[in-house]
Amino acid sequence: MITRQVLALTGNAAVAFALKQINPDVVAAYPITPQTTIMEEFSQYVANGEVDTELVRVESEHSAMSASIGAAAAGARTITSTSSQGLALMWEELYIASGLRLPIVLVNVNRSLSAPINIHCDHSDSMGARDSGWIQIFCENAQEAYDMTIIAVKLAEDKRVRLPVMINYDGFIISHSIDRVEILSDEKVQQFIGEYKPEFSLLDRNNPVTMGAFDSLGGFYYEYKKIQCEAIDNSLQVMQEIFDSFELISHRQYRTVEKEMIDDAEIIFVIAGSFCGSIREKINEYRSRGIKTGLVKVRSFRPFPDNSYREILKNAKAVLIFDRSTTPGAKGGPLYIEILGSLYGVEKPPEVFNFIYGLGGRDLELDEIDKSLEITEKALRGEVVDRVHWISLKKKEV
Amino acid sequence: MKRWEIKKVLEREIESLPQGVTIPEAGTSENYITGTWRTFKPVIDFEKCTQCLFCFIFCPDSSIEVDNGKVVGVDLKHCKGCGICAAECPRNAISMIEEREEG
Repeated sequence: MITRQVLALTGNAAVAFALKQINPDVVAAYPITPQTTIMEEFSQYVANGEVDTELVRVESEHSAMSASIGAAAAGARTITSTSSQGLALMWEELYIASGLRLPIVLVNVNRSLSAPINIHCDHSDSMGARDSGWIQIFCENAQEAYDMTIIAVKLAEDKRVRLPVMINYDGFIISHSIDRVEILSDEKVQQFIGEYKPEFSLLDRNNPVTMGAFDSLGGFYYEYKKIQCEAIDNSLQVMQEIFDSFELISHRQYRTVEKEMIDDAEIIFVIAGSFCGSIREKINEYRSRGIKTGLVKVRSFRPFPDNSYREILKNAKAVLIFDRSTTPGAKGGPLYIEILGSLYGVEKPPEVFNFIYGLGGRDLELDEIDKSLEITEKALRGEVVDRVHWISLKKKEV
Repeated sequence: MKRWEIKKVLEREIESLPQGVTIPEAGTSENYITGTWRTFKPVIDFEKCTQCLFCFIFCPDSSIEVDNGKVVGVDLKHCKGCGICAAECPRNAISMIEEREEG
Protein backbone atom coordinates (compact mmCIF):
# COMPACT_ATOMS: atom_id res chain seq x y z
CA MET A 1 0.00 0.00 0.00
CA ILE A 2 1.26 3.41 -0.90
CA THR A 3 -0.14 6.35 0.97
CA ARG A 4 -0.17 9.24 -1.40
CA GLN A 5 0.65 12.65 -0.06
CA VAL A 6 -0.06 15.32 -2.63
CA LEU A 7 1.12 18.91 -2.38
CA ALA A 8 0.61 21.91 -4.62
CA LEU A 9 4.16 23.06 -5.31
CA THR A 10 6.06 25.01 -7.92
CA GLY A 11 8.84 23.05 -9.60
CA ASN A 12 11.43 24.92 -7.55
CA ALA A 13 9.54 24.35 -4.30
CA ALA A 14 9.28 20.65 -5.17
CA VAL A 15 13.04 20.48 -5.70
CA ALA A 16 13.72 22.43 -2.48
CA PHE A 17 11.48 19.92 -0.71
CA ALA A 18 13.43 17.04 -2.26
CA LEU A 19 16.67 18.69 -1.09
CA LYS A 20 15.26 18.92 2.43
CA GLN A 21 14.43 15.22 2.39
CA ILE A 22 17.84 14.33 0.93
CA ASN A 23 19.51 16.44 3.64
CA PRO A 24 22.82 16.83 1.79
CA ASP A 25 26.06 17.47 3.68
CA VAL A 26 26.97 20.53 1.64
CA VAL A 27 25.04 22.86 -0.65
CA ALA A 28 26.98 25.67 -2.31
CA ALA A 29 24.97 27.92 -4.58
CA TYR A 30 24.59 31.41 -5.94
CA PRO A 31 21.21 32.90 -6.86
CA ILE A 32 20.15 33.39 -10.48
CA THR A 33 16.72 33.64 -12.07
CA PRO A 34 14.86 31.29 -12.44
CA GLN A 35 16.75 29.02 -10.02
CA THR A 36 16.72 31.48 -7.09
CA THR A 37 13.60 30.26 -5.32
CA ILE A 38 15.05 26.75 -4.85
CA MET A 39 17.80 28.16 -2.68
CA GLU A 40 15.50 30.73 -1.11
CA GLU A 41 13.28 27.93 0.19
CA PHE A 42 16.15 25.62 0.99
CA SER A 43 17.94 28.29 3.03
CA GLN A 44 14.78 28.56 5.13
CA TYR A 45 15.00 24.84 5.87
CA VAL A 46 18.62 25.42 6.89
CA ALA A 47 17.74 28.43 9.06
CA ASN A 48 14.92 26.48 10.74
CA GLY A 49 17.28 23.63 11.54
CA GLU A 50 15.23 21.20 9.44
CA VAL A 51 18.39 19.96 7.70
CA ASP A 52 22.00 19.49 8.81
CA THR A 53 23.36 20.92 5.59
CA GLU A 54 26.34 23.25 5.50
CA LEU A 55 24.98 25.95 3.17
CA VAL A 56 27.84 27.84 1.54
CA ARG A 57 26.74 31.21 0.19
CA VAL A 58 29.46 31.74 -2.38
CA GLU A 59 30.17 34.86 -4.41
CA SER A 60 29.60 33.39 -7.89
CA GLU A 61 28.69 30.20 -9.71
CA HIS A 62 32.37 29.70 -10.48
CA SER A 63 32.86 29.50 -6.73
CA ALA A 64 29.67 27.45 -6.26
CA MET A 65 31.02 24.67 -8.43
CA SER A 66 34.54 25.03 -6.99
CA ALA A 67 33.18 24.73 -3.46
CA SER A 68 31.05 21.77 -4.54
CA ILE A 69 34.12 20.04 -5.97
CA GLY A 70 36.03 20.66 -2.74
CA ALA A 71 33.16 19.37 -0.65
CA ALA A 72 32.67 16.29 -2.80
CA ALA A 73 36.42 15.60 -2.74
CA ALA A 74 36.20 15.74 1.04
CA GLY A 75 33.56 13.03 0.85
CA ALA A 76 30.44 15.14 1.39
CA ARG A 77 27.12 14.51 -0.33
CA THR A 78 27.03 17.72 -2.35
CA ILE A 79 24.30 19.50 -4.28
CA THR A 80 24.19 22.81 -6.13
CA SER A 81 21.85 24.50 -8.54
CA THR A 82 21.94 27.21 -11.16
CA SER A 83 20.60 28.48 -14.49
CA SER A 84 21.84 29.98 -17.73
CA GLN A 85 24.81 32.36 -17.29
CA GLY A 86 25.43 30.67 -13.95
CA LEU A 87 25.97 27.31 -15.62
CA ALA A 88 28.12 29.05 -18.21
CA LEU A 89 30.26 30.50 -15.42
CA MET A 90 30.65 26.99 -13.96
CA TRP A 91 31.92 25.68 -17.28
CA GLU A 92 35.57 25.01 -16.50
CA GLU A 93 34.71 23.37 -13.19
CA LEU A 94 32.10 21.08 -14.78
CA TYR A 95 34.90 19.22 -16.52
CA ILE A 96 36.91 18.98 -13.29
CA ALA A 97 33.93 17.52 -11.41
CA SER A 98 33.37 14.81 -14.03
CA GLY A 99 37.09 14.16 -14.58
CA LEU A 100 37.62 13.62 -10.86
CA ARG A 101 34.49 11.41 -10.85
CA LEU A 102 32.80 13.40 -8.10
CA PRO A 103 29.11 12.56 -7.60
CA ILE A 104 27.82 16.14 -7.40
CA VAL A 105 24.16 16.79 -8.20
CA LEU A 106 23.38 20.03 -10.04
CA VAL A 107 19.81 21.18 -10.53
CA ASN A 108 19.82 23.35 -13.64
CA VAL A 109 16.67 25.37 -14.25
CA ASN A 110 16.82 25.89 -18.00
CA ARG A 111 17.13 29.46 -19.19
CA SER A 112 18.44 31.07 -22.37
CA LEU A 113 21.90 32.62 -22.65
CA SER A 114 22.58 36.28 -23.43
CA ALA A 115 22.61 38.21 -25.77
CA PRO A 116 19.99 39.61 -26.03
CA ILE A 117 19.51 39.27 -22.31
CA ASN A 118 16.51 37.10 -21.53
CA ILE A 119 15.52 35.28 -18.37
CA HIS A 120 13.11 32.78 -19.91
CA CYS A 121 13.45 29.17 -20.84
CA ASP A 122 15.33 27.42 -23.53
CA HIS A 123 17.82 24.58 -23.37
CA SER A 124 20.94 26.45 -24.54
CA ASP A 125 22.52 26.39 -21.09
CA SER A 126 22.45 22.63 -20.59
CA MET A 127 23.22 21.91 -24.25
CA GLY A 128 26.32 24.07 -23.88
CA ALA A 129 27.44 21.67 -21.15
CA ARG A 130 26.56 18.49 -22.99
CA ASP A 131 30.20 17.53 -23.59
CA SER A 132 31.34 18.21 -20.04
CA GLY A 133 31.04 14.59 -18.94
CA TRP A 134 27.96 15.14 -16.78
CA ILE A 135 24.93 12.89 -16.88
CA GLN A 136 22.04 15.08 -18.11
CA ILE A 137 18.41 14.29 -17.35
CA PHE A 138 15.40 16.30 -18.56
CA CYS A 139 12.06 16.69 -16.78
CA GLU A 140 8.58 17.52 -18.03
CA ASN A 141 6.92 18.81 -14.86
CA ALA A 142 7.37 19.50 -11.14
CA GLN A 143 6.72 15.85 -10.25
CA GLU A 144 9.56 14.69 -12.45
CA ALA A 145 11.83 17.45 -11.14
CA TYR A 146 11.16 16.23 -7.59
CA ASP A 147 11.63 12.57 -8.47
CA MET A 148 14.72 13.08 -10.61
CA THR A 149 16.47 15.15 -7.93
CA ILE A 150 16.17 12.21 -5.53
CA ILE A 151 17.11 9.70 -8.22
CA ALA A 152 20.14 11.82 -9.22
CA VAL A 153 21.72 11.42 -5.79
CA LYS A 154 21.55 7.64 -5.96
CA LEU A 155 22.70 7.56 -9.58
CA ALA A 156 25.68 9.86 -9.07
CA GLU A 157 26.86 7.96 -6.01
CA ASP A 158 26.44 4.46 -7.44
CA LYS A 159 29.87 2.80 -7.37
CA ARG A 160 29.52 1.80 -11.01
CA VAL A 161 28.83 5.41 -12.00
CA ARG A 162 30.54 7.99 -9.71
CA LEU A 163 29.76 10.85 -12.05
CA PRO A 164 28.11 14.21 -11.54
CA VAL A 165 24.46 14.46 -12.56
CA MET A 166 22.66 17.50 -13.96
CA ILE A 167 18.88 17.63 -13.61
CA ASN A 168 17.27 19.98 -16.13
CA TYR A 169 13.80 21.43 -16.18
CA ASP A 170 12.20 24.41 -17.88
CA GLY A 171 12.54 27.82 -16.28
CA PHE A 172 9.26 29.46 -15.22
CA ILE A 173 6.93 26.98 -16.93
CA ILE A 174 8.05 24.29 -14.49
CA SER A 175 10.10 26.22 -11.95
CA HIS A 176 7.46 28.85 -11.12
CA SER A 177 4.13 27.19 -11.97
CA ILE A 178 2.22 25.44 -9.24
CA ASP A 179 1.74 21.80 -10.05
CA ARG A 180 0.43 18.66 -8.41
CA VAL A 181 3.33 16.86 -6.75
CA GLU A 182 3.13 13.55 -4.97
CA ILE A 183 5.80 13.42 -2.33
CA LEU A 184 7.43 10.51 -0.58
CA SER A 185 7.97 10.30 3.16
CA ASP A 186 11.32 11.49 4.51
CA GLU A 187 12.08 7.92 5.63
CA LYS A 188 11.44 6.51 2.16
CA VAL A 189 13.71 9.08 0.56
CA GLN A 190 16.49 8.41 3.07
CA GLN A 191 16.07 4.67 2.67
CA PHE A 192 16.18 5.00 -1.11
CA ILE A 193 19.31 7.14 -1.36
CA GLY A 194 21.07 5.32 1.50
CA GLU A 195 24.24 6.40 3.19
CA TYR A 196 26.97 7.85 1.00
CA LYS A 197 30.28 6.08 1.38
CA PRO A 198 32.89 7.97 -0.61
CA GLU A 199 35.77 6.05 -2.16
CA PHE A 200 38.28 8.65 -0.96
CA SER A 201 38.15 11.69 1.25
CA LEU A 202 40.59 14.56 1.41
CA LEU A 203 39.75 14.80 5.12
CA ASP A 204 40.86 11.22 5.82
CA ARG A 205 44.27 11.86 7.39
CA ASN A 206 45.02 8.20 7.76
CA ASN A 207 44.68 7.59 4.04
CA PRO A 208 45.99 10.71 2.34
CA VAL A 209 45.35 11.03 -1.38
CA THR A 210 46.22 13.38 -4.22
CA MET A 211 43.33 14.62 -6.33
CA GLY A 212 43.65 16.59 -9.53
CA ALA A 213 47.30 15.76 -10.12
CA PHE A 214 49.16 16.94 -13.21
CA ASP A 215 49.05 14.33 -15.98
CA SER A 216 50.58 15.44 -19.22
CA LEU A 217 52.59 14.03 -22.12
CA GLY A 218 53.75 10.53 -21.29
CA GLY A 219 50.96 10.21 -18.74
CA PHE A 220 47.44 8.89 -18.86
CA TYR A 221 45.13 11.77 -19.81
CA TYR A 222 44.04 9.88 -22.92
CA GLU A 223 43.28 6.71 -20.94
CA TYR A 224 41.37 8.66 -18.27
CA LYS A 225 39.11 10.17 -20.92
CA LYS A 226 38.36 6.70 -22.29
CA ILE A 227 37.55 5.42 -18.79
CA GLN A 228 35.27 8.41 -18.25
CA CYS A 229 33.44 7.80 -21.53
CA GLU A 230 32.94 4.14 -20.64
CA ALA A 231 31.64 5.12 -17.21
CA ILE A 232 29.00 7.45 -18.61
CA ASP A 233 28.00 4.86 -21.24
CA ASN A 234 27.60 2.24 -18.53
CA SER A 235 25.57 4.61 -16.39
CA LEU A 236 22.62 4.19 -18.76
CA GLN A 237 21.90 0.70 -17.49
CA VAL A 238 22.38 1.77 -13.88
CA MET A 239 20.00 4.68 -14.48
CA GLN A 240 17.29 2.25 -15.61
CA GLU A 241 17.94 0.03 -12.58
CA ILE A 242 17.54 3.02 -10.31
CA PHE A 243 14.37 4.12 -12.13
CA ASP A 244 13.01 0.62 -11.54
CA SER A 245 13.81 0.63 -7.85
CA PHE A 246 12.28 4.11 -7.58
CA GLU A 247 9.10 2.75 -9.13
CA LEU A 248 8.82 0.27 -6.26
CA ILE A 249 8.57 3.08 -3.71
CA SER A 250 6.67 5.63 -5.80
CA HIS A 251 4.63 3.68 -8.37
CA ARG A 252 5.97 6.10 -10.94
CA GLN A 253 7.65 4.50 -13.91
CA TYR A 254 10.55 6.11 -15.74
CA ARG A 255 12.59 5.06 -18.76
CA THR A 256 15.87 6.38 -20.16
CA VAL A 257 13.81 7.20 -23.27
CA GLU A 258 10.12 7.80 -22.59
CA LYS A 259 7.73 6.69 -25.30
CA GLU A 260 4.00 7.13 -25.62
CA MET A 261 1.62 5.80 -28.28
CA ILE A 262 4.59 4.49 -30.24
CA ASP A 263 3.63 0.92 -31.18
CA ASP A 264 1.73 1.73 -34.38
CA ALA A 265 3.02 5.30 -34.80
CA GLU A 266 4.00 6.40 -38.28
CA ILE A 267 4.89 9.96 -37.33
CA ILE A 268 6.86 10.42 -34.14
CA PHE A 269 7.47 13.67 -32.26
CA VAL A 270 10.65 13.91 -30.16
CA ILE A 271 10.92 16.65 -27.54
CA ALA A 272 12.46 17.42 -24.15
CA GLY A 273 10.94 19.40 -21.30
CA SER A 274 7.62 21.02 -20.52
CA PHE A 275 6.25 21.25 -24.07
CA CYS A 276 5.78 17.48 -24.09
CA GLY A 277 2.34 18.36 -22.72
CA SER A 278 1.32 20.43 -25.74
CA ILE A 279 2.60 17.78 -28.13
CA ARG A 280 0.77 15.03 -26.22
CA GLU A 281 -2.45 17.04 -26.41
CA LYS A 282 -2.01 17.38 -30.17
CA ILE A 283 -1.12 13.73 -30.66
CA ASN A 284 -4.37 12.72 -28.97
CA GLU A 285 -6.22 15.00 -31.36
CA TYR A 286 -4.36 13.67 -34.41
CA ARG A 287 -5.08 10.11 -33.32
CA SER A 288 -8.78 10.88 -33.01
CA ARG A 289 -8.54 11.96 -36.67
CA GLY A 290 -6.81 8.70 -37.57
CA ILE A 291 -3.28 10.07 -37.94
CA LYS A 292 -0.96 7.59 -36.26
CA THR A 293 1.33 9.82 -34.24
CA GLY A 294 3.46 9.07 -31.19
CA LEU A 295 5.64 10.85 -28.67
CA VAL A 296 9.20 10.26 -27.58
CA LYS A 297 10.20 12.27 -24.54
CA VAL A 298 13.85 12.88 -23.82
CA ARG A 299 14.81 11.64 -20.37
CA SER A 300 18.55 11.01 -20.52
CA PHE A 301 20.38 13.25 -22.97
CA ARG A 302 23.82 12.29 -21.63
CA PRO A 303 24.37 9.41 -21.88
CA PHE A 304 22.37 9.43 -25.10
CA PRO A 305 20.43 6.14 -25.41
CA ASP A 306 21.49 5.70 -29.01
CA ASN A 307 20.23 2.11 -29.48
CA SER A 308 16.86 2.83 -27.92
CA TYR A 309 16.25 5.80 -30.21
CA ARG A 310 17.21 3.72 -33.24
CA GLU A 311 14.88 0.89 -32.23
CA ILE A 312 11.98 3.21 -31.43
CA LEU A 313 12.30 5.42 -34.49
CA LYS A 314 13.58 3.15 -37.27
CA ASN A 315 10.18 1.93 -38.50
CA ALA A 316 8.48 5.33 -38.46
CA LYS A 317 7.72 7.16 -41.70
CA ALA A 318 8.74 10.50 -40.25
CA VAL A 319 10.36 11.84 -37.11
CA LEU A 320 9.80 15.43 -35.98
CA ILE A 321 12.50 16.61 -33.61
CA PHE A 322 11.80 19.68 -31.53
CA ASP A 323 14.92 21.49 -30.34
CA ARG A 324 14.75 24.24 -27.76
CA SER A 325 18.28 25.40 -28.53
CA THR A 326 20.40 25.95 -31.57
CA THR A 327 23.85 24.95 -32.68
CA PRO A 328 24.79 27.98 -34.76
CA GLY A 329 26.65 26.98 -37.87
CA ALA A 330 25.56 23.35 -37.67
CA LYS A 331 22.82 21.63 -39.63
CA GLY A 332 20.18 21.89 -36.89
CA GLY A 333 19.58 21.67 -33.16
CA PRO A 334 21.60 19.34 -30.93
CA LEU A 335 18.83 16.78 -30.44
CA TYR A 336 18.28 16.61 -34.21
CA ILE A 337 21.94 16.04 -34.97
CA GLU A 338 22.15 13.40 -32.23
CA ILE A 339 19.17 11.45 -33.55
CA LEU A 340 20.34 11.69 -37.16
CA GLY A 341 23.46 9.94 -35.92
CA SER A 342 21.42 7.24 -34.20
CA LEU A 343 19.50 6.55 -37.41
CA TYR A 344 22.59 6.27 -39.61
CA GLY A 345 22.73 2.94 -41.37
CA VAL A 346 19.09 2.06 -40.74
CA GLU A 347 17.50 0.39 -43.75
CA LYS A 348 14.78 2.71 -45.12
CA PRO A 349 15.31 5.42 -42.51
CA PRO A 350 12.42 7.73 -41.65
CA GLU A 351 12.25 11.29 -42.95
CA VAL A 352 13.65 13.47 -40.18
CA PHE A 353 12.73 17.12 -39.63
CA ASN A 354 13.93 19.62 -37.10
CA PHE A 355 11.77 22.29 -35.53
CA ILE A 356 13.51 25.01 -33.55
CA TYR A 357 11.07 26.36 -30.98
CA GLY A 358 10.79 28.18 -27.68
CA LEU A 359 14.07 30.13 -27.68
CA GLY A 360 14.10 32.75 -24.94
CA GLY A 361 10.76 31.48 -23.64
CA ARG A 362 8.85 31.92 -26.92
CA ASP A 363 5.57 30.02 -26.66
CA LEU A 364 5.01 27.00 -28.88
CA GLU A 365 1.46 27.56 -30.10
CA LEU A 366 -0.71 24.55 -30.81
CA ASP A 367 -1.25 25.66 -34.43
CA GLU A 368 2.52 25.71 -34.86
CA ILE A 369 2.55 22.03 -33.96
CA ASP A 370 -0.11 21.58 -36.67
CA LYS A 371 2.21 23.44 -39.01
CA SER A 372 5.04 21.00 -38.26
CA LEU A 373 2.74 18.10 -39.10
CA GLU A 374 1.65 19.80 -42.35
CA ILE A 375 5.28 20.26 -43.39
CA THR A 376 5.91 16.58 -42.66
CA GLU A 377 2.87 15.39 -44.56
CA LYS A 378 3.93 17.50 -47.53
CA ALA A 379 7.30 15.78 -47.50
CA LEU A 380 5.68 12.36 -47.23
CA ARG A 381 3.65 13.19 -50.34
CA GLY A 382 6.92 13.69 -52.16
CA GLU A 383 7.24 17.47 -52.06
CA VAL A 384 10.68 18.92 -51.40
CA VAL A 385 10.77 20.72 -48.04
CA ASP A 386 13.50 22.14 -45.85
CA ARG A 387 14.83 19.92 -43.08
CA VAL A 388 15.15 22.59 -40.42
CA HIS A 389 12.31 24.99 -39.56
CA TRP A 390 12.03 27.90 -37.17
CA ILE A 391 8.31 27.58 -36.69
CA SER A 392 7.51 30.50 -34.40
CA LEU A 393 9.14 33.37 -36.28
CA LYS A 394 7.32 36.70 -36.36
CA LYS A 395 7.34 37.41 -40.08
CA LYS A 396 5.17 38.49 -42.98
CA GLU A 397 3.06 35.63 -44.22
CA VAL A 398 4.05 34.83 -47.78
CA MET B 1 53.82 6.70 4.23
CA LYS B 2 53.47 4.49 1.17
CA ARG B 3 54.98 5.84 -2.00
CA TRP B 4 54.31 5.18 -5.64
CA GLU B 5 57.36 4.36 -7.66
CA ILE B 6 57.29 6.76 -10.59
CA LYS B 7 58.86 4.23 -12.96
CA LYS B 8 56.18 1.68 -12.13
CA VAL B 9 53.45 4.31 -12.49
CA LEU B 10 54.57 4.97 -16.04
CA GLU B 11 54.31 1.26 -16.83
CA ARG B 12 50.62 1.27 -15.93
CA GLU B 13 47.88 0.62 -18.44
CA ILE B 14 44.26 1.67 -18.72
CA GLU B 15 43.10 -1.26 -16.56
CA SER B 16 45.13 -0.24 -13.52
CA LEU B 17 44.46 3.49 -13.22
CA PRO B 18 42.78 4.79 -10.06
CA GLN B 19 39.23 6.12 -10.44
CA GLY B 20 38.99 9.85 -10.97
CA VAL B 21 42.76 10.38 -11.16
CA THR B 22 42.85 9.99 -7.38
CA ILE B 23 46.33 8.89 -6.38
CA PRO B 24 46.36 6.99 -3.09
CA GLU B 25 49.23 8.97 -1.59
CA ALA B 26 49.78 12.60 -0.68
CA GLY B 27 52.38 15.14 -1.75
CA THR B 28 53.04 13.58 -5.14
CA SER B 29 54.17 16.91 -6.58
CA GLU B 30 57.44 16.30 -4.74
CA ASN B 31 58.17 13.69 -7.39
CA TYR B 32 57.75 16.23 -10.12
CA ILE B 33 61.09 17.96 -10.60
CA THR B 34 60.48 21.50 -11.79
CA GLY B 35 63.99 22.79 -11.04
CA THR B 36 64.99 22.12 -14.64
CA TRP B 37 62.70 24.94 -15.81
CA ARG B 38 64.99 27.49 -14.15
CA THR B 39 67.07 30.08 -15.98
CA PHE B 40 68.08 32.11 -12.92
CA LYS B 41 68.68 30.64 -9.51
CA PRO B 42 68.39 32.43 -6.19
CA VAL B 43 71.57 32.72 -4.16
CA ILE B 44 71.20 33.85 -0.56
CA ASP B 45 73.85 36.06 1.03
CA PHE B 46 73.66 34.95 4.66
CA GLU B 47 75.82 37.94 5.71
CA LYS B 48 72.89 40.22 4.79
CA CYS B 49 70.02 37.86 5.68
CA THR B 50 68.18 38.81 8.89
CA GLN B 51 66.04 35.64 8.94
CA CYS B 52 62.80 37.61 8.44
CA LEU B 53 61.43 34.60 6.46
CA PHE B 54 59.78 36.80 3.82
CA CYS B 55 61.25 34.57 1.11
CA PHE B 56 59.77 31.50 2.76
CA ILE B 57 56.33 33.13 2.96
CA PHE B 58 56.32 34.45 -0.59
CA CYS B 59 57.82 31.44 -2.41
CA PRO B 60 54.98 29.99 -4.53
CA ASP B 61 56.69 26.61 -4.75
CA SER B 62 57.63 26.10 -1.09
CA SER B 63 61.26 25.93 -2.17
CA ILE B 64 62.89 27.93 0.60
CA GLU B 65 64.41 25.41 2.97
CA VAL B 66 63.88 26.25 6.63
CA ASP B 67 65.39 24.39 9.53
CA ASN B 68 64.66 25.22 13.14
CA GLY B 69 62.95 28.46 12.13
CA LYS B 70 65.87 29.63 10.03
CA VAL B 71 66.36 29.85 6.28
CA VAL B 72 69.13 27.44 5.37
CA GLY B 73 68.96 27.28 1.57
CA VAL B 74 66.89 26.73 -1.56
CA ASP B 75 65.36 23.47 -2.77
CA LEU B 76 66.81 23.58 -6.28
CA LYS B 77 64.94 20.43 -7.33
CA HIS B 78 61.72 22.40 -7.28
CA CYS B 79 62.67 26.12 -7.44
CA LYS B 80 61.58 27.40 -10.88
CA GLY B 81 63.67 30.56 -10.56
CA CYS B 82 60.74 32.98 -10.58
CA GLY B 83 62.70 35.52 -8.52
CA ILE B 84 59.86 36.47 -6.17
CA CYS B 85 62.09 35.77 -3.14
CA ALA B 86 64.74 38.14 -4.50
CA ALA B 87 62.16 40.83 -5.26
CA GLU B 88 60.56 40.60 -1.81
CA CYS B 89 63.72 40.34 0.31
CA PRO B 90 63.84 43.62 2.33
CA ARG B 91 67.61 43.43 2.69
CA ASN B 92 68.39 42.53 -0.93
CA ALA B 93 70.09 39.45 0.40
CA ILE B 94 68.98 37.25 -2.52
CA SER B 95 70.41 37.64 -5.99
CA MET B 96 69.28 35.82 -9.12
CA ILE B 97 72.28 34.30 -10.87
CA GLU B 98 72.00 33.01 -14.40
CA GLU B 99 72.50 29.26 -14.28
CA ARG B 100 75.14 29.07 -17.04
CA GLU B 101 77.39 31.66 -15.34
CA GLU B 102 78.02 29.10 -12.66
CA GLY B 103 79.25 26.61 -15.27
